[in-house]
Parts: sequence; structure tokens; C-alpha cells
Amino acid sequence: MGIFTDVWTWLTTGSHWTENGGVLQRLTEHAYLTGVCLLLSCAIALPLALWLGHVGRGGALAVNLSNAGRAIPTFAVLVLLSMGPLGRHGDWATIVALVLFALPPLLTNAYTGVREADREVVEAARGMGMTGWQLLRQVELPLALPLIMTGIQTAAVQLVATATLAALPGGGGLGRLITAGFGNYDTAQVVAGALLVAVLALLVERALALVERLLDPMRRGPGPRRAAAESGEGDGADGTGGGGPDSGGLTSKTPAPSHSAA
Amino acid sequence: MSSTATGGPEGCLAQNDWLCGEYLRTRQSELLDATVEHVWITAASVGIALLLALPLAVAARRWRAARGPALGVTTVLYTIPSLAMFALLLPVFGLSAAVVVTGLVLYSLTVLVRNILAGLDAVPAEAREAARGMGYGPGRLLFEVELPLALPALLAGVRIATVTAVSLTTIGAIVGYGGLGNLIYDGMESYFKSQVLTASAICVLLAVAADVLLLWLGRALTPWTRTRSRARKRGTGAGRPKGTKEPRGTQQPPPGTAGTDLVGKAG
Repeated sequence: MGIFTDVWTWLTTGSHWTENGGVLQRLTEHAYLTGVCLLLSCAIALPLALWLGHVGRGGALAVNLSNAGRAIPTFAVLVLLSMGPLGRHGDWATIVALVLFALPPLLTNAYTGVREADREVVEAARGMGMTGWQLLRQVELPLALPLIMTGIQTAAVQLVATATLAALPGGGGLGRLITAGFGNYDTAQVVAGALLVAVLALLVERALALVERLLDPMRRGPGPRRAAAESGEGDGADGTGGGGPDSGGLTSKTPAPSHSAA
Repeated sequence: MSSTATGGPEGCLAQNDWLCGEYLRTRQSELLDATVEHVWITAASVGIALLLALPLAVAARRWRAARGPALGVTTVLYTIPSLAMFALLLPVFGLSAAVVVTGLVLYSLTVLVRNILAGLDAVPAEAREAARGMGYGPGRLLFEVELPLALPALLAGVRIATVTAVSLTTIGAIVGYGGLGNLIYDGMESYFKSQVLTASAICVLLAVAADVLLLWLGRALTPWTRTRSRARKRGTGAGRPKGTKEPRGTQQPPPGTAGTDLVGKAG
């Protein structure tokens, strides 16, 4: 079990963190890549998906994109883009590849969220004379928010993973620690790098799950039945039973596990 | 950029073109070997995962206390990026195919356990009651009623797991067991364009082929979903003697209930 002590020694050696190409530099690169690409892909995907969901078009596209995203190897796209004309422009090959793989979960979830907003509520809002824009902003968007957040969470985890792979064709990020470790036959560094990547992915996943819980209007507000009682008692403690069954890149496809079964 | 400038009559290999028939001809056996490795790594991973997922899902269903941990652990595993997963398994197995297969088993397990659980949860309580009333023991109930009814969800899980595994196998190139990923990796290091593109294309084709194949297999294994839709097309669907109307809960009309028919047969 010498590997554990080796990894521990590697991780606790200060120079491994601060040196050029060390953990801190790679972590910064990783965070930067992930953050920029998450913003970019949200800016592309969310307006498009909300609009498509609002007008009720492009459902097949939204579903098939997810399936296609699964079938196309991230590694292949990263290598192909870095060898193509984009490869000469610094980080752009990596950024394009990352955004491409973050789009499907965002599009699919946001689209499904808007489409599955309770039709009766939508009809009622329309009956009250809401315009299309008001309807989208005040009814469909809040109702779709949980799924949109799930999409963002999935996309972020996907981005952390893809940014790791960017190291293979020579990009930055924490994956470089792993590939460099393989290059030097330094197993301790490989495992240490992998641990850091895994911890980062899990932290991002948990953090976004927390944000999701905080933002969910259905959970925060009083239950729909007791909407009249405005007193502050209803700060939804009912969100505990689920244990977050809707995380980790597994969008729909199967009915969500229900809590009711005997 | 390497030899693109020569422009001579040396053919696409020398010119390092993206598309190159000559590459396909001359490296046929290399491509075939890589494809075979890719397929067996994927098949072994999903196969082992399925063998493990069935008892796990059944256990998670039987003992409610096991459910939370089972889902939680698999979610954590699924969140770990593939390169990190393989790297973490390296000290356990060394540079071997076992690193890749184990990593892929862990990912597939997540998808399969979730899907089988969802399928078992969706078994109508009436079907279970009916079987129990007919004297089915727990074992027979599981194998003759619950699992067949959960089969469509299970197969959907197998499809997702397989397609994912085909794509993730490429990362196995980091330990030298990535099937077509090895060719992509080598092609990347030597800047060999047609090798990267060809290997990537075969990889996508494999994923699509596996998906279609499993779709067919699913249709063959769940014939009741088909007879129902065919009967409806002919317009005789209304004449079913069992008389349960269309499913109340389901939103999508076409597939019909896998449920009621099968219980009718089992009885």
C-alpha cells in the first residue's frame, strides 16, 4: 500500500502546488476553461431552448442531440479540432469542443422543462391575457427552472470532465498532471492528479445541487394548496427524501424513480 | 504544418490528407484489430455491469435502506471524469485492459442500476397483487412478473450504457487499451490526420450500430409491445377481452402498456 503514502507525499509537497505547471496553475486553467465554456454554452443553449419550448418546435432535435452527444467520443473531437485549422488559435479548439459537449444537456433539459410546464397553468395564464413574452417569463421559465438547473449541473460536470481530456492533445487544466505523470511513469502524480480532478468534479456537482435547491421556487415557497397562508412556516423541508436522484448526466429516458411505490 | 506543402504525386498518405483511401487499404488489419479490441472491451464492460446491476437493483428495491446508498454511490462514481477514473484504477491493475473494463463497468453500473430500479418501481401494483393472489412466491414474482415488466427500462439502460462505453473506451488509450482510441492517440502524436479521422468515424459508427442492434434486440425481447401497436393499427385493439382501458398514467400513447398484456399471459 505504498502508493497511498506516495500520493500523500506528492500532494503535501509544496513545490508541486506552486511551481510552474503545478497544481495551482492547472487548477486556475481548469476553472477558467470550465467557467468560460459554461457561460458560453448557457448563452447559446438557454435562449434557444426556451424559445423552442415556448413555440413547441424542435422536440426531436432536443432529444436527439443528447443521444448524438453520447455517441460521439469527446476525445476524438478534441483531437480532430486541435489538428484542424482551429488548433492554431490557442485555446479555441478546446473551447469549441467543450461548448459542443455542454450544449446537449442544456438544450434537452431546458426544452423539456418548458414543454412540460403544467399545460393547465399555461392555459390559465393565457386566459388571463398574458402575452407570449409574459407567459415565458412569468410562468414557463419559473416552472422550468428546476430542469434548467439540472441541465446546468449536468453541463458543468461534463465540462469539468471534458476539460480534463483537453490535456491529451496538449491543452491546459488538471488533466495535464495526469498525462505528465503517465509521461514520467510517476504513478503517485497520476493518482494525485486524478484525485484532484475527481474532487473538483464532485464539488462542482454538489455546489450546483445546492444552488438548485436554493433557487427552486416550488420548494422554497409555500405549497400550492396553502398558497394563501403567507406566513414563513413553509420553507419546504420536503426536499429531503429524494437524495437528488436527478443528477449526473442521466437525463429523462426513463421515468424518474417515484417515491410512492410500496 | 507538416507535409501538406509537397503537393507531389505521392498520394494522400504522403500529403497527410484527412480523407485517404490508401490509408484504409494499407492499414486494414490495424483498423480491424483496433475495432475488435474496442468491441470486446465495450461488450465485456456492459456484460459484467449487467450481471452486477441486476442483483444490486433487486436488493435496493427489497431493502429500502440500501436504496439511498446505492443511488448515492453510483452517482458519485458517475461524476468522476473518465481520465481520472482510469488514472485512479492504475495502481490497482497496472497498465492493463482491466483498468479500462473496470472503469467502464462502474459507469455502466450507474446507468443500469438506476434504470432497472425505475423499471421495477413502475411495475403496476395491481400486477403484483394479482400475481400474489395467484399464489406466486417472491422468486417467481420477480422473475416472471416484475423483471419482464421492467425489461423495456432495463434495455433502455443497456443502450445508454453501451453507447456511452463505446465512446469512453477511447480514453483507455492512456493506458494503451483504448481500441480505436489507441489509433486516435497515436495519430495525434504523429499528426497523422487520416488515421485520427478514420478511427473516430469507425468509433461513431460502432456506437450507432450498437444502438440500432440493441433497439432490434429490445423489440425481439418485448414482443407484446409490438403486437399491441399492430392490433391498434388494424383497428381491432378495442376488442381486447381483458378490458383494462388505456393506461391512465402514461403520457405517450404509442407504446401501450407492457403491463396488462404480460400479466394476462403469465396467468
